[in-house]
Amino acid sequence: MIRFLATLLLAAGAALLHGPAEAQASDASLYQAFGEKAGLAVLMDRFVETLAVDERTKVFFANADKPRLKQQLTDQLCMLAGGPCVYTGAKMRGQHRGLEIARSDFNALVEVLQDSMDAQGIAFSTQNRMLARLAPMHREIITRE
Amino acid sequence: MTSHTLHAGTALAFALLCGPALAESGKLLLTGGVSSIDGAAGGGLTPWALTGSYATQGQLGGTAFVTRVKTQDYALNVAGAAASYDDRVELSFARQDFDTGPTGPALGLPGLRLKQDIFGLKVRLFGEAVLDSDTFVPQVALGVEFKTADPGGLAPTLRALGASTQGTDFYVSATKLFLAQGVLVNATLRATKANQNGLLGFGGAADDSYSVQPEVSIAWLLNRHLAVGAEYRAKPDKLNPSALGAGLQEDDWSDVFIAWAPNKNLSLTLAFVDLGHIVPALVTRRQQGPYLSAQVAF
Repeated sequence: MIRFLATLLLAAGAALLHGPAEAQASDASLYQAFGEKAGLAVLMDRFVETLAVDERTKVFFANADKPRLKQQLTDQLCMLAGGPCVYTGAKMRGQHRGLEIARSDFNALVEVLQDSMDAQGIAFSTQNRMLARLAPMHREIITRE
Repeated sequence: MTSHTLHAGTALAFALLCGPALAESGKLLLTGGVSSIDGAAGGGLTPWALTGSYATQGQLGGTAFVTRVKTQDYALNVAGAAASYDDRVELSFARQDFDTGPTGPALGLPGLRLKQDIFGLKVRLFGEAVLDSDTFVPQVALGVEFKTADPGGLAPTLRALGASTQGTDFYVSATKLFLAQGVLVNATLRATKANQNGLLGFGGAADDSYSVQPEVSIAWLLNRHLAVGAEYRAKPDKLNPSALGAGLQEDDWSDVFIAWAPNKNLSLTLAFVDLGHIVPALVTRRQQGPYLSAQVAF
């Protein structure tokens, strides 16, 4: 019985795996799940304010131009989520060069983003869909390995 | 101080004595896996390519665990510890203590307990299981498990069967979290000749060669603190045939589990395991039952 159940779960898992990151171009459902641009703006406002006070991340954000950062992040996540935005900021690597960001710093930011999304009532599966589009940026942001 | 105690202390000391500044918690919740019964980080039955504890690059972390498995006729207690550095290297130790239930008395060895010490070393070769969400490339690690069995009064029997009491398993694991779907998959290939994971020694008169056994795990993240999944672990069955015919045949292992991590210091895993037949010559029914494990991370 348990062998059958385990096999069934494994097969179901295999069926679910239709690709590492979803196709972004034509699917705006994630954008809608985040409350479109207005929802993203509220989320990024909460996110940046938290980053500036969290013990693990505040050292990086203390002197940031917060209004500008919030606007750029809103545009960036809007675009990633399939919304009608264009991100006009600099590339990730250039933006973060010289900041000595370690893996643990990046993961702390992910946790602050998860907390912010929790506070906004965004479903866990929806959060993961967005995180899957953001996560590859770690290669350009983490400079201290 | 016995060498066992010395080795048991090594993994813990590695994490504790280097000072609190290094023992940080850079990994995301649940992404250090749990402690497998052999001591390595992964699922309950299988080592994964994750490096254990919450230490990530540049950090040192440790874990300690206890596990109890109870089936109809047998029970297994395991305790151990592991330390991990830089998300690159993991050292682990586990001591297994198996209660042979009715088998002991049936062999004229009442109270027979089979014990085993396992020292593990795992090295992450490449890949990032969690954050490389734009590629199929998994996180891959190589590992070895040095196993020393103490069969107690069963030692002469194992000698007669051609089984040795020391053995080494070699494995390669590939682990990936499909982040958009919240599903983690692991595939392990283990070169082994361990009988019942080593509790009945290694190899046998009829077959003393290594064979490669596949092990797979899958886990769904339900939220940041909770995962459910299943594992399947093939076994080499080296004591079949033996002087006891098919009496020492072993079966593949499997389980379904739920793992809960309320914070980065504690995780609890509850599973239902199917260990198949264990010494079917004396105990004919399949062994199934609950598995409970608690792990602290620091």
